[in-house]
Order: sequence, then C-alpha cells, then structure tokens
Amino acid sequence: MIRFENVVKKFGDTEVIKGINLEIGDNELVVLIGPSGCGKTTSLKMINRLIEPTSGTIYINDQDILKSNPIDLRRNMGYVIQQIGLFPHMTVGENIELLPLLKNWPKEKRRKRAEELLDLVGMSPNEYMDRYPSELSGGQQQRIGVARALATNPEIILMDEPFSALDPITRTQLQDELFNLQQELKKTIVFVTHDMDEALKLGDRICIMRDGQVLQFDTPEVLLRHPSHGFVEEFIGKKRMWQQPEYVKVEDIMIQNPIKAMPARTLTQAMEIMSASGVDSLLIVDDKNKLIGIATAGDIRQNWDKAKKLDEIYKREVLGVRPEDSIVEVLKMMAQNNIGYVPVTDAKGTLKGLITRSSLVKVLGEKYVG
Amino acid sequence: MAVINEYLRFMMDRSDQILALTGEHIYLTFIAVVIAIAIGVPLGILITRVKKLSGFVIGLANAVQAMPSLAMLGFLIPFLGIGSKPSIVMIFLYSLLPIIKNTYIGLTNVDKSMIESGKGMGMTDGQLMRMVQFPLALPVIMAGVRISAVTAVGLTTLAALIGAGGLGQMIYRGISMVNNKMIISGAIPAMILALLVDFILGITEKAVTPKGLKK
Repeated sequence: MIRFENVVKKFGDTEVIKGINLEIGDNELVVLIGPSGCGKTTSLKMINRLIEPTSGTIYINDQDILKSNPIDLRRNMGYVIQQIGLFPHMTVGENIELLPLLKNWPKEKRRKRAEELLDLVGMSPNEYMDRYPSELSGGQQQRIGVARALATNPEIILMDEPFSALDPITRTQLQDELFNLQQELKKTIVFVTHDMDEALKLGDRICIMRDGQVLQFDTPEVLLRHPSHGFVEEFIGKKRMWQQPEYVKVEDIMIQNPIKAMPARTLTQAMEIMSASGVDSLLIVDDKNKLIGIATAGDIRQNWDKAKKLDEIYKREVLGVRPEDSIVEVLKMMAQNNIGYVPVTDAKGTLKGLITRSSLVKVLGEKYVG
Repeated sequence: MAVINEYLRFMMDRSDQILALTGEHIYLTFIAVVIAIAIGVPLGILITRVKKLSGFVIGLANAVQAMPSLAMLGFLIPFLGIGSKPSIVMIFLYSLLPIIKNTYIGLTNVDKSMIESGKGMGMTDGQLMRMVQFPLALPVIMAGVRISAVTAVGLTTLAALIGAGGLGQMIYRGISMVNNKMIISGAIPAMILALLVDFILGITEKAVTPKGLKK
C-alpha cells in the first residue's frame, strides 16, 4: 500500500503539490491524470524519490520512504518512462538483466528470467535477446521497457506516460497487453497519463489532479456518473459516458413515469388510459406500486368480449431490469426476447420506470446526435 | 622528377637519423597525450559532478590554449630547465583542453531519459557513470583525444627548440642552414605521422562506439 500524507512539493517559490493525501491499495492499478503541470508526474516521482517532497510523508506498507535508502527503494520498484529509456549500448537481454545484475543474481538465473519476461511480453527470446534497442520498433521497445521493469518481480510498478509516444494502434495494443498482464500479475501499478481514454481503459481507480491538488479519486464508473467537480466533468468530457455504453445505466434512459393501472380497472378504462397517453401497453401494479404484470392493447382487444377487468387478462410474467443495470444488458434482453419494452423495478419489485424501443431511440438520439 | 629524386635520395641517405628523430617525436607525443588523458578525462568527469568547477576548469584550459606555444616554452624553462621535461609539459597542457571539453560535453549530452531511467532503476551514481554515461560518451571523448593527439604531433616539433629532439630538430637545422632538403626531411615525416595518428585514432573511435549506436 502506498500512502501520501499531506505531501507538499515546492520548486523555489512555486508550490506544485499542494498537500495531497492519497491511498493506493495493493494489486490496484491507479491512474494519475490531469492537464500538464497538475503535478501528476511529480507525485509519481516522489514515490521512488527521484523527487523529494518539501513536507509531508509518503508511506509504503506503513514505512516512511524518506527514511529508507533510495537505491534499495528504487531497486524494489519497476519504473517505465515515456522516452522508454532503454540503454542503446546494451542488447535487449542486457537491458532486462541489468537490475538482476545489480542485485547480483547468478548468470543463469538472470538469463532465464529474461527469457521468461520476453515470453511474457510476447517477444520471442531467440529472436530478440541479442538485438539492440535501435533495431526494434517503438512498440517493441516499450514492451522491453515493461519487461525490464518486471525483471526482479517488484510489487510496485511506476509508469510515467509509458505509451504516449507510440502511434495510436500500437498504443491500443500495449494498453490491452498491460491490462491482461495486470489481470495475471496483480501488481500495484501507478500509471500517469494525460489521456482520459487510456485512464478509463486501464484504471481500477482514477485520480484526477489539477494545480497540485487531487480533485477526485474514484473508480471510473463513479467518475463518469458522479463527477464531484465541474472541472472533473469537463475534463472527462460531458459526452464521455455515452461513449462507454457499459457505463450508461437503465436509470439514465428510462421513462420515469410510465403509464400504469391497477388490476381492478375495467378493459374500457384501460383502453381509455392508453389512448389518452398515446401508449399501447399498461404496466399493472398493486396498491403499493409493485409491478405485477403487463397488459397490451392487443391483449385487451383479443379478450374484449370474454373479460371485464384487467385482472383477468394481464400477463403475470414480465421480464424486468433494475435501475443500476447497464444499457448493454437491456439491449441484449430486448433483442433476445424480441420485446419492445422492459419495465424497471427496484430490488423490492416496486415499479421505477420503463424502457421502450422508442424511448431508447429518443434518448440515445439526443445524446449522440443532438 | 629529377628534383623529387634528389630529395628522396637526401632522405634515404639520412634514413637512420630520420627514424631516430621520429622515434623521439613519437615518444614525446605519446607520453604527453597519455598524461593528458589520465588527467583530462577524470577532470572532465569531475566537473560534470561538481558543476561549479566546470566554468573555472574549462576557462583555465581555454586560457592555456590561447597562450602562444613559444611563449609557453619560454615560460617553462625557468622552472623546468630545457630538454624533454618542459616539452612534455607544454604538449600535455595543450592536449588537455580538447580532452576535458569533450569528456564534459560527451557526458552532459547523454540523453536525460537514460539518466532518469538508470536512476529510477536504482543505479548508484558510480554505476550510472560506469555502465551508462561513460560508454555512451566514449565516442565523443575519443574524438577529443584524436584532436589532442594530432595537434600534439605538430606541437612536438617545437620541442627541438629546447633540445628535446624529435623531427623538429631536422626542420630547425634546415632553416638555420638554409637547406630546403633538410627542412623537407623533417616536415614530411612529421606530416605523415600526424595523418597516421589521425587515421589510427579514427579507427579506435569507431571501435569504441557501442554496437547498438552504430548505424
């Protein structure tokens, strides 16, 4: 666990970090993001003491890092930088083996580890071990950069905009690879970026910074749905949520006051309610507003002569969704069951709203087109 | 053609003497440049660590370089007398600047991301210097050594003025005797020597360029 306590950093008279408090859990990938000059890189570099705080304390596993030896501290952390920082006069193998060498690992163990790591980042050891960095593409170089950071299997890995110098396609590829790697390795990763897409894609939690302060530190979902600050909302992008369908919830798009009726209504009344509201189905609720069924105009017409009250004809089995379900699930359900409407209920079965094909089209149309 | 043959015969007749003088010449140059490397490179490293010193050290080396070489010799004689000792000191002092300067420039121009990357991995300052900065700066340092050595070959001809020998001896004797053949017999081997040193150190410079940096 990494903990910042009232950390302040001044360069001369300018305060670049204005007393931040952060707690980064084990096995968590935390993204520090913000506009340039917000202090995200400074914060990162304070973790391995490339920059020392002016005041405040940083703890790793409850140990004050300012009291530890910076060399040992750094050797127990991986560090990946934007400019990749592979040593051009060393081969790929020598680069990866450098930290193990500094830690006096025997030669065979070093080589074996380098082979493992090359495999891990998807590069053939036979082909790449003895190549020089200049012979590799940018993406391959940064894969080696990541492999090198993993060399001594550190618990913590610091990544300072590692993918921002790569072309978009390679960047996406490496992001996916890092994500998969993290699922497997479960490291504590602190990742600095200025790219919101990258942050949302990778971060377990995202820390949004501005002017040396933390504005919000939350999961991507909470950030998107409940930005705590106007700047956060602006920085994330107002339309962002709608570009990530899995973050769009049923409650964001449902009709809040669906047309409903109690079972005691007569068929005539029911038809009247429908035509007055311009709908072709009624949600049937009990006196506590609990959803108990649904009746469509078709059902009523079919049973016009046989029945008197809705109670006799409404369909008792209704597929429903919860307000917190994602829109993706709703779309799936509608497609699979070929239905045009899905009522929304809470955990107790109380009717909260309704999603219909036309309400979907209307809401999504507004968000994407308007 | 006849003229050239005449010059060649003159040189052939004195080949023993020319060879001995060339040997002395090489000896003086070599000793001076080796001392210059032994002092200049560490000094260059030192001033990258202690930045405050860099202005002073490079300024001083510049001032030495600006001093006329003849004046320098004259200045050294009261302290070191005549012969090879003051000559070597003079050549050494002139060789120092390119070596210090190139060491300093070579080391400070190593890509900042290399330093950051190395530090971030937990390299000590010494390891960073030995494993990263120095190997990467070596081609630039060698270029400085090359400039020094070639200049030193030329400078060594002055050593003859204070009785240290070398090919300069032949040239000065030729001048005082108004004997063009004699002058040429000293000048041509000195030139060849300079070109040869340049050539050999050029190869060395390439050889010390780290493999991954070669195009």
